Amino acid sequence: MKTTLNYYLQIADNALILSHRLAENTSKGPFLEEDLATANVALDLIGLAESVLNEAAKLEGLGQTGDDLAYRRDESEFVNCLLVEQPNRDFAHIVTRQFLMDTFNYHYFIALTESKDSFLSAIAFKSIKEVTYHLRRSSEWMIRLGTGTDESKHRVQLAINTLWKFTDELFEESEGDKEMLAKGIGTNLTEIKNQWNQKVNEILYMAHLESPKNQFSVLGGKQGKHTEHLGHILAEMQFLPGKYPDAVW
Amino acid sequence: MKSTDNQGELWEVFIQSKPGQSFKHAGSVHGFDKDNAIENARDTYTRRNEGTGLWVVQSKEIIAVALNESDYFFEPATDKIYRHPTFYNLPEGVTHM
Repeated sequence: MKTTLNYYLQIADNALILSHRLAENTSKGPFLEEDLATANVALDLIGLAESVLNEAAKLEGLGQTGDDLAYRRDESEFVNCLLVEQPNRDFAHIVTRQFLMDTFNYHYFIALTESKDSFLSAIAFKSIKEVTYHLRRSSEWMIRLGTGTDESKHRVQLAINTLWKFTDELFEESEGDKEMLAKGIGTNLTEIKNQWNQKVNEILYMAHLESPKNQFSVLGGKQGKHTEHLGHILAEMQFLPGKYPDAVW
Repeated sequence: MKSTDNQGELWEVFIQSKPGQSFKHAGSVHGFDKDNAIENARDTYTRRNEGTGLWVVQSKEIIAVALNESDYFFEPATDKIYRHPTFYNLPEGVTHM
Protein backbone atom coordinates (compact mmCIF):
# COMPACT_ATOMS: atom_id res chain seq x y z
CA MET A 1 0.00 0.00 0.00
CA LYS A 2 2.80 2.36 0.92
CA THR A 3 4.44 1.73 -2.44
CA THR A 4 1.19 2.46 -4.29
CA LEU A 5 0.70 5.64 -2.28
CA ASN A 6 4.23 6.73 -3.13
CA TYR A 7 3.55 5.99 -6.78
CA TYR A 8 0.46 8.22 -6.71
CA LEU A 9 2.49 10.96 -5.06
CA GLN A 10 5.14 10.85 -7.80
CA ILE A 11 2.48 11.58 -10.42
CA ALA A 12 0.77 14.22 -8.30
CA ASP A 13 3.96 16.00 -7.21
CA ASN A 14 5.31 16.24 -10.76
CA ALA A 15 2.06 17.89 -11.83
CA LEU A 16 1.74 20.10 -8.74
CA ILE A 17 5.26 21.51 -8.78
CA LEU A 18 5.35 22.08 -12.54
CA SER A 19 1.95 23.74 -12.31
CA HIS A 20 3.24 26.03 -9.59
CA ARG A 21 6.28 26.95 -11.65
CA LEU A 22 4.09 27.84 -14.61
CA ALA A 23 1.66 29.76 -12.43
CA GLU A 24 4.57 31.83 -11.10
CA ASN A 25 4.92 33.19 -14.61
CA THR A 26 1.35 34.45 -14.85
CA SER A 27 1.39 38.18 -15.75
CA LYS A 28 5.06 37.87 -16.73
CA GLY A 29 4.62 36.17 -20.10
CA PRO A 30 6.22 37.63 -23.22
CA PHE A 31 2.80 38.71 -24.49
CA LEU A 32 -0.83 38.36 -23.46
CA GLU A 33 -1.76 35.27 -25.47
CA GLU A 34 1.27 33.34 -24.29
CA ASP A 35 0.52 34.36 -20.73
CA LEU A 36 -2.97 32.88 -21.03
CA ALA A 37 -1.69 29.75 -22.73
CA THR A 38 0.87 29.08 -19.99
CA ALA A 39 -1.76 29.59 -17.32
CA ASN A 40 -4.03 27.13 -19.14
CA VAL A 41 -1.33 24.46 -18.97
CA ALA A 42 -0.82 25.24 -15.28
CA LEU A 43 -4.56 24.76 -14.72
CA ASP A 44 -4.59 21.40 -16.51
CA LEU A 45 -1.71 20.24 -14.34
CA ILE A 46 -3.17 21.39 -11.06
CA GLY A 47 -6.42 19.63 -11.99
CA LEU A 48 -4.43 16.44 -12.44
CA ALA A 49 -2.52 16.97 -9.19
CA GLU A 50 -5.74 17.58 -7.27
CA SER A 51 -7.44 14.39 -8.50
CA VAL A 52 -4.43 12.24 -7.73
CA LEU A 53 -3.76 13.83 -4.33
CA ASN A 54 -7.39 13.38 -3.27
CA GLU A 55 -7.21 9.74 -4.26
CA ALA A 56 -3.85 9.35 -2.52
CA ALA A 57 -5.32 10.79 0.67
CA LYS A 58 -8.14 8.23 0.55
CA LEU A 59 -5.65 5.47 -0.06
CA GLU A 60 -3.57 6.61 2.88
CA GLY A 61 -6.66 6.34 5.09
CA LEU A 62 -5.47 8.69 7.82
CA GLY A 63 -8.29 11.18 7.38
CA GLN A 64 -6.13 13.64 5.45
CA THR A 65 -7.36 15.49 2.38
CA GLY A 66 -5.60 16.15 -0.91
CA ASP A 67 -5.01 19.70 0.32
CA ASP A 68 -3.24 18.35 3.41
CA LEU A 69 -0.91 16.36 1.19
CA ALA A 70 -0.16 19.40 -0.95
CA TYR A 71 0.20 21.97 1.79
CA ARG A 72 1.34 20.11 4.89
CA ARG A 73 4.10 17.85 3.66
CA ASP A 74 7.78 18.65 4.16
CA GLU A 75 10.25 19.06 1.35
CA SER A 76 11.78 15.63 1.97
CA GLU A 77 8.34 14.02 1.55
CA PHE A 78 7.90 15.41 -1.97
CA VAL A 79 8.84 12.86 -4.63
CA ASN A 80 8.66 14.97 -7.80
CA CYS A 81 11.52 14.79 -10.28
CA LEU A 82 14.10 17.56 -10.11
CA LEU A 83 13.34 18.82 -13.62
CA VAL A 84 9.96 20.30 -12.70
CA GLU A 85 11.32 22.35 -9.81
CA GLN A 86 13.96 24.12 -11.92
CA PRO A 87 13.36 27.89 -12.00
CA ASN A 88 11.88 30.06 -14.76
CA ARG A 89 15.21 31.57 -15.79
CA ASP A 90 13.81 32.89 -19.08
CA PHE A 91 11.15 31.99 -21.62
CA ALA A 92 13.48 29.49 -23.32
CA HIS A 93 13.93 27.64 -20.01
CA ILE A 94 10.17 27.55 -19.44
CA VAL A 95 9.55 26.17 -22.92
CA THR A 96 12.39 23.63 -22.75
CA ARG A 97 11.44 22.34 -19.31
CA GLN A 98 7.87 21.99 -20.54
CA PHE A 99 8.86 20.22 -23.74
CA LEU A 100 11.08 17.69 -21.94
CA MET A 101 8.34 17.00 -19.39
CA ASP A 102 5.45 16.99 -21.91
CA THR A 103 7.26 14.38 -23.98
CA PHE A 104 7.68 12.24 -20.88
CA ASN A 105 4.06 12.75 -19.77
CA TYR A 106 2.70 11.95 -23.21
CA HIS A 107 4.36 8.54 -23.39
CA TYR A 108 3.97 7.87 -19.69
CA PHE A 109 0.21 8.43 -19.66
CA ILE A 110 -0.31 6.39 -22.81
CA ALA A 111 1.46 3.51 -21.06
CA LEU A 112 -0.43 4.13 -17.82
CA THR A 113 -3.81 3.62 -19.52
CA GLU A 114 -2.98 -0.10 -19.33
CA SER A 115 -2.46 0.00 -15.58
CA LYS A 116 -4.33 -2.59 -13.52
CA ASP A 117 -5.12 0.20 -11.07
CA SER A 118 -8.47 1.44 -12.35
CA PHE A 119 -8.04 4.95 -10.94
CA LEU A 120 -4.65 5.39 -12.60
CA SER A 121 -5.81 4.07 -15.96
CA ALA A 122 -8.84 6.39 -15.83
CA ILE A 123 -6.79 9.46 -14.93
CA ALA A 124 -4.30 8.53 -17.67
CA PHE A 125 -7.09 8.40 -20.28
CA LYS A 126 -8.33 11.78 -19.14
CA SER A 127 -4.85 13.31 -19.19
CA ILE A 128 -3.83 12.16 -22.66
CA LYS A 129 -5.95 14.76 -24.45
CA GLU A 130 -4.50 17.57 -22.36
CA VAL A 131 -0.94 16.34 -22.62
CA THR A 132 -1.22 15.84 -26.39
CA TYR A 133 -2.02 19.52 -26.72
CA HIS A 134 0.73 20.56 -24.28
CA LEU A 135 3.28 18.57 -26.27
CA ARG A 136 2.14 20.02 -29.58
CA ARG A 137 2.50 23.55 -28.23
CA SER A 138 5.87 23.09 -26.56
CA SER A 139 7.31 21.16 -29.55
CA GLU A 140 6.36 23.98 -31.87
CA TRP A 141 7.90 26.54 -29.53
CA MET A 142 11.17 24.56 -29.49
CA ILE A 143 11.25 24.67 -33.29
CA ARG A 144 10.21 28.33 -33.36
CA LEU A 145 12.95 29.33 -30.93
CA GLY A 146 15.58 27.06 -32.47
CA THR A 147 14.95 28.38 -35.97
CA GLY A 148 14.13 31.94 -34.93
CA THR A 149 16.80 34.54 -34.27
CA ASP A 150 20.41 34.05 -33.14
CA GLU A 151 19.34 35.17 -29.70
CA SER A 152 16.42 32.72 -29.43
CA LYS A 153 18.54 29.83 -30.72
CA HIS A 154 21.31 30.65 -28.26
CA ARG A 155 18.92 30.84 -25.33
CA VAL A 156 17.04 27.64 -26.10
CA GLN A 157 20.28 25.71 -26.61
CA LEU A 158 21.52 27.08 -23.29
CA ALA A 159 18.31 25.92 -21.63
CA ILE A 160 18.74 22.42 -23.07
CA ASN A 161 22.34 22.29 -21.85
CA THR A 162 21.27 23.42 -18.37
CA LEU A 163 18.27 21.12 -17.97
CA TRP A 164 19.60 17.99 -19.68
CA LYS A 165 21.25 16.61 -16.54
CA PHE A 166 17.81 16.29 -14.92
CA THR A 167 16.31 14.14 -17.68
CA ASP A 168 17.85 10.75 -16.76
CA GLU A 169 15.94 10.89 -13.51
CA LEU A 170 12.62 10.65 -15.37
CA PHE A 171 13.52 7.06 -16.28
CA GLU A 172 15.29 6.05 -13.07
CA GLU A 173 13.60 2.93 -11.74
CA SER A 174 13.28 3.09 -7.98
CA GLU A 175 12.51 -0.06 -5.99
CA GLY A 176 8.94 1.20 -5.82
CA ASP A 177 8.74 1.66 -9.59
CA LYS A 178 9.98 -1.90 -10.10
CA GLU A 179 7.40 -3.26 -7.69
CA MET A 180 4.60 -1.30 -9.38
CA LEU A 181 5.68 -2.57 -12.80
CA ALA A 182 5.77 -6.16 -11.54
CA LYS A 183 2.22 -5.77 -10.22
CA GLY A 184 0.97 -4.40 -13.52
CA ILE A 185 0.22 -1.00 -11.97
CA GLY A 186 3.25 0.98 -13.08
CA THR A 187 4.81 1.56 -16.48
CA ASN A 188 7.97 0.32 -18.14
CA LEU A 189 10.31 3.30 -17.88
CA THR A 190 12.90 1.75 -20.20
CA GLU A 191 10.36 1.64 -23.02
CA ILE A 192 9.26 5.18 -22.25
CA LYS A 193 12.89 6.31 -22.32
CA ASN A 194 13.26 4.99 -25.88
CA GLN A 195 10.08 6.73 -27.00
CA TRP A 196 11.14 9.93 -25.23
CA ASN A 197 14.56 9.88 -26.89
CA GLN A 198 13.03 9.38 -30.30
CA LYS A 199 10.58 12.28 -29.95
CA VAL A 200 13.07 14.65 -28.35
CA ASN A 201 15.70 13.93 -31.01
CA GLU A 202 13.14 14.43 -33.78
CA ILE A 203 12.13 17.85 -32.47
CA LEU A 204 15.72 18.93 -31.74
CA TYR A 205 16.62 17.96 -35.30
CA MET A 206 13.76 20.03 -36.70
CA ALA A 207 14.71 22.89 -34.40
CA HIS A 208 18.39 22.78 -35.47
CA LEU A 209 19.37 22.18 -31.84
CA GLU A 210 21.69 19.65 -30.28
CA SER A 211 21.35 17.28 -27.37
CA PRO A 212 24.34 17.56 -25.03
CA LYS A 213 26.79 14.65 -25.07
CA ASN A 214 28.38 12.97 -22.07
CA GLN A 215 26.66 14.98 -19.41
CA PHE A 216 26.47 13.78 -15.84
CA SER A 217 23.01 13.22 -14.37
CA VAL A 218 21.52 14.48 -11.14
CA LEU A 219 19.11 12.18 -9.30
CA GLY A 220 17.35 12.24 -5.96
CA GLY A 221 13.84 13.63 -6.39
CA LYS A 222 12.19 10.23 -6.07
CA GLN A 223 13.99 9.78 -2.74
CA GLY A 224 12.95 13.23 -1.52
CA LYS A 225 16.42 14.76 -2.05
CA HIS A 226 15.77 17.95 -3.92
CA THR A 227 17.67 20.84 -5.42
CA GLU A 228 17.70 24.07 -3.42
CA HIS A 229 14.76 25.36 -5.49
CA LEU A 230 12.00 23.16 -4.07
CA GLY A 231 12.32 24.65 -0.59
CA HIS A 232 11.67 28.12 -2.00
CA ILE A 233 8.64 26.89 -3.95
CA LEU A 234 7.15 25.25 -0.88
CA ALA A 235 7.86 28.26 1.33
CA GLU A 236 5.65 30.27 -0.96
CA MET A 237 3.10 27.61 -1.82
CA GLN A 238 2.59 26.48 1.78
CA PHE A 239 2.80 29.90 3.39
CA LEU A 240 -0.91 30.49 3.82
CA PRO A 241 -1.93 27.11 5.29
CA GLY A 242 1.20 27.29 7.46
CA LYS A 243 0.34 30.67 8.87
CA TYR A 244 -3.45 30.26 8.98
CA PRO A 245 -4.06 26.52 9.46
CA ASP A 246 -7.84 26.92 9.61
CA ALA A 247 -8.18 29.15 6.56
CA VAL A 248 -10.88 28.04 4.11
CA TRP A 249 -11.83 29.26 0.64
CA MET B 1 9.23 43.79 -22.18
CA LYS B 2 8.31 47.00 -23.97
CA SER B 3 5.03 47.39 -25.80
CA THR B 4 6.99 48.10 -28.96
CA ASP B 5 8.59 44.65 -28.88
CA ASN B 6 7.57 42.16 -31.52
CA GLN B 7 4.40 40.29 -30.61
CA GLY B 8 3.94 38.74 -34.03
CA GLU B 9 1.23 39.37 -36.60
CA LEU B 10 -2.40 40.13 -35.84
CA TRP B 11 -4.92 37.39 -36.66
CA GLU B 12 -8.74 37.44 -36.64
CA VAL B 13 -10.48 34.57 -34.88
CA PHE B 14 -13.74 32.90 -35.96
CA ILE B 15 -15.54 30.28 -33.89
CA GLN B 16 -18.19 27.77 -34.87
CA SER B 17 -20.25 26.95 -31.82
CA LYS B 18 -21.87 23.79 -33.24
CA PRO B 19 -21.22 21.68 -36.33
CA GLY B 20 -23.17 23.05 -39.29
CA GLN B 21 -23.52 26.57 -37.97
CA SER B 22 -21.74 29.54 -39.45
CA PHE B 23 -18.45 30.77 -38.03
CA LYS B 24 -18.70 33.97 -36.01
CA HIS B 25 -16.03 36.54 -35.42
CA ALA B 26 -14.81 36.30 -31.83
CA GLY B 27 -11.89 38.74 -31.70
CA SER B 28 -8.23 38.83 -32.57
CA VAL B 29 -4.94 37.42 -31.30
CA HIS B 30 -1.24 37.84 -31.87
CA GLY B 31 0.75 34.99 -33.35
CA PHE B 32 4.12 34.41 -35.01
CA ASP B 33 2.90 31.80 -37.49
CA LYS B 34 -0.19 29.75 -38.39
CA ASP B 35 0.28 27.16 -35.65
CA ASN B 36 1.00 29.76 -33.02
CA ALA B 37 -2.01 31.83 -34.09
CA ILE B 38 -4.55 29.01 -33.97
CA GLU B 39 -3.21 27.77 -30.63
CA ASN B 40 -3.35 31.26 -29.16
CA ALA B 41 -6.91 31.55 -30.48
CA ARG B 42 -7.75 28.24 -28.82
CA ASP B 43 -6.22 29.32 -25.53
CA THR B 44 -7.83 32.75 -25.61
CA TYR B 45 -11.34 32.01 -26.91
CA THR B 46 -12.32 28.32 -26.70
CA ARG B 47 -11.43 27.10 -23.23
CA ARG B 48 -15.02 27.19 -21.96
CA ASN B 49 -16.77 25.05 -24.55
CA GLU B 50 -17.35 27.98 -26.88
CA GLY B 51 -16.84 25.97 -30.00
CA THR B 52 -16.10 22.91 -32.03
CA GLY B 53 -14.61 24.71 -35.00
CA LEU B 54 -11.98 27.43 -35.21
CA TRP B 55 -10.59 29.58 -38.01
CA VAL B 56 -7.87 32.20 -37.93
CA VAL B 57 -6.96 34.49 -40.77
CA GLN B 58 -4.34 37.21 -40.88
CA SER B 59 -6.02 40.54 -40.24
CA LYS B 60 -4.22 42.11 -43.17
CA GLU B 61 -5.82 39.55 -45.53
CA ILE B 62 -9.34 40.74 -44.70
CA ILE B 63 -10.91 43.02 -47.29
CA ALA B 64 -13.09 45.63 -45.67
CA VAL B 65 -15.28 48.53 -46.78
CA ALA B 66 -13.73 51.79 -45.75
CA LEU B 67 -15.78 53.82 -43.33
CA ASN B 68 -16.07 56.78 -45.71
CA GLU B 69 -17.43 54.49 -48.46
CA SER B 70 -20.20 53.00 -46.41
CA ASP B 71 -22.83 55.63 -47.27
CA TYR B 72 -23.05 54.76 -50.94
CA PHE B 73 -21.89 51.18 -50.52
CA PHE B 74 -24.78 50.20 -48.29
CA GLU B 75 -27.36 52.58 -49.76
CA PRO B 76 -29.66 50.10 -51.58
CA ALA B 77 -31.99 49.49 -48.70
CA THR B 78 -35.05 51.05 -47.22
CA ASP B 79 -36.84 52.82 -50.08
CA LYS B 80 -36.74 49.76 -52.34
CA ILE B 81 -39.21 47.51 -50.63
CA TYR B 82 -39.34 45.14 -53.60
CA ARG B 83 -35.91 43.89 -52.54
CA HIS B 84 -37.34 42.48 -49.34
CA PRO B 85 -39.28 39.25 -49.72
CA THR B 86 -41.78 40.27 -47.08
CA PHE B 87 -44.87 39.56 -49.20
CA TYR B 88 -44.63 35.81 -48.88
CA ASN B 89 -46.20 33.72 -46.17
CA LEU B 90 -43.60 31.44 -44.67
CA PRO B 91 -44.59 27.86 -43.98
CA GLU B 92 -44.64 26.96 -40.32
CA GLY B 93 -41.44 25.50 -38.98
CA VAL B 94 -39.11 27.63 -41.09
CA THR B 95 -37.00 29.44 -38.58
CA HIS B 96 -33.81 30.60 -40.26
CA MET B 97 -35.17 33.24 -42.69
